[in-house]
Amino acid sequence: MTTEHAGPRALPADRERAPARLHADGVRLGYDDAVVADDLSVAIPDGEFTVIIGPNACGKSTLLRALARLLKPRTGGVYLDGKLIERYPAKQVARRLGLLPQTSVAPDGITVADLVARGRHPHQKLLRQWSSTDEAAVAAAMAATGVTELSARRVDTLSGGQRQRVWVAMVLAQQTELLLLDEPTTYLDLTHQLEILELCRDLHREHGRTLVAVLHDINHACRYATHLVAMRDGRIVAAGRPEAIVTAELIEEVFGLRSLVVPDPVCGAPMAVPYTRSTPGPPAAPVTSRPDSASSPTSDSPRPSTSDSPRPSTSDSPRPAASDAPSTVHIGH
Amino acid sequence: MSLGTQHSDGPAAPSRVDFGRRVRILRRRRGSVSLRIDLRTAGVCLALTGLGVLVALIALGLGDFRVSVPDVVRALFGASDRAVGMVVVDWRLPRVLLALLLGAALGLSGGIFQSLTRNPLGSPDIVGFNTGAYTGALLVIVFVGGDHYLTAGGALVGGIVTAAAVYLLAFRRGVQGFRLIIVGIAVAAMLGSVNTWLLLRADLQTAMSAAVWGAGSLNGLGWGSVTPVAVLLAVLLPCVAVLGPKLKYLELGDDTARALGLRAEPLRLGLIVVGVALTAVATAAAGPISFVALAAPQVARRLTRTPGVGLLPAALLGAVLLLVSDQLAQHALPADLPVGVVTVSIGGAYLIWLLVKEARRQ
Repeated sequence: MTTEHAGPRALPADRERAPARLHADGVRLGYDDAVVADDLSVAIPDGEFTVIIGPNACGKSTLLRALARLLKPRTGGVYLDGKLIERYPAKQVARRLGLLPQTSVAPDGITVADLVARGRHPHQKLLRQWSSTDEAAVAAAMAATGVTELSARRVDTLSGGQRQRVWVAMVLAQQTELLLLDEPTTYLDLTHQLEILELCRDLHREHGRTLVAVLHDINHACRYATHLVAMRDGRIVAAGRPEAIVTAELIEEVFGLRSLVVPDPVCGAPMAVPYTRSTPGPPAAPVTSRPDSASSPTSDSPRPSTSDSPRPSTSDSPRPAASDAPSTVHIGH
Repeated sequence: MSLGTQHSDGPAAPSRVDFGRRVRILRRRRGSVSLRIDLRTAGVCLALTGLGVLVALIALGLGDFRVSVPDVVRALFGASDRAVGMVVVDWRLPRVLLALLLGAALGLSGGIFQSLTRNPLGSPDIVGFNTGAYTGALLVIVFVGGDHYLTAGGALVGGIVTAAAVYLLAFRRGVQGFRLIIVGIAVAAMLGSVNTWLLLRADLQTAMSAAVWGAGSLNGLGWGSVTPVAVLLAVLLPCVAVLGPKLKYLELGDDTARALGLRAEPLRLGLIVVGVALTAVATAAAGPISFVALAAPQVARRLTRTPGVGLLPAALLGAVLLLVSDQLAQHALPADLPVGVVTVSIGGAYLIWLLVKEARRQ
């Protein structure tokens, strides 16, 4: 298997110029009284498979919810095709942007095809409930996710991995160019996690969709993402191609974990191998910004890079938000 | 690999997608009208409609003055002598129509609430509406001593205030089904003790008439009651036709529904208002008839074997259930019972069966 950068597309020199139909500008996000993120800006580059990673409660799912207009920012705005996303009628957003939420409920006894068909809602009207376009979209979505044979089965009789593919099929049936997936691999075993990620890669490569996924596993993210957004404490620590930004320092800053970053022996993507207490590795590199004090972005000093990073370039701007991180490299296929 | 086996036949197009159920697809007017019809659900609806018409024709002939079915049909078309016409059309038809209309309203209301709460216990009579309506009616009967319309008004106010209170108490960043049920049961329990206290401090005559109202009865209702019910339903049913089909998306969870382009919370509020209004119409006209709203959607769902509650089958089943119950209440027993007593008995048996079945499954 080759790495993902083998496509014929031209490489934009930097991601500033990368077109982004979906972006958040200086948003403050939170629930009730708690503010999860403040002055957060991020652009979702078109035609890329963006993965957002970070520790629990870093605000990655909150950001995804805001991008999918499930959460309205307190200040700032999320823009879709140049217009504030909440200005669109709900159905119009749903025709451009699909979301697989973390929690979905399959009604008791529903069959696979029935569930997938519900993804057609944004395209249907009171009297146009099942057009030939609807039918073709549902058939194509089931074929793309490999659930066509399960079509007549009840969703509650399927395995976890099959069920997740059915949910992805439902979002695909929506036929949106933008696809947002909130932790699509959670609760799945390793085989099914990889199956879903391979499916995402196919959707990105073969169907040319723009994907955004929130993932927990940094190594899965490095393998499959073409654009990585690393978050901690409600801010973006680095954004760019995994090869360009993933270093031991980044892993330590984002996850508070010392590790060795080596090329993945299978596909060459960066791979973080954490040290353990009994095998602590070399003495700690002189990391100036401790993870605990990293919440104040202006106190960031340039991080020295160590030799164990395949590509030492990282985001080193004082305010490493995605939109103003000039050193992060954007790459297409 | 074939793209789904074909389950439809006849002139309609074959389905390329196998839904695991027999469906027929209708496309008309160059695709501007297209429907996917579930054949089992359609069959159940047709059967229930036929059953309702049949029972209604028999019911119109039942009573001290028996009329055969052919004579009933003749009377309905105005082709019989005046005595038969008076008995069938003036005396019995309004009660049969009310049973059908109110039963349908209760079935719809129950279907809406059970779907919103994703819980077969989430019917309006469980979540406090009926108890609140009874409280409102009791306040009028005991303190004002009002007539039929004042009592109905008191019941409406009581039910709607209770429903609003339950909604607001259960509201936290949107209303979640289970919280609605728990809050509703708690509020209903409190209002139940208020009702007992009101009954205890009333004099015997008042308490008797209050108890009869509280059971829910179609006794003594004529054309004067049919007209307001029909007018209100003519307003509410189009609302159900527009909002009801969205229920199957809300059943997928709020985030999914919103991702599919629905405005979940306003939609849910609209559905709650319509559901409460449907129960309110029935309660104002005939008192709190219990268990039709609870049982009809679930029985209909078992007949159609659909995931989730279908509103049309629930409405039809509610209509048939209330009509049959009312006939049993009038004719099967020596005393003329309030129909609410019969529906409670049927509903109680059903509830026990449901609980036993759920308990066995776990």
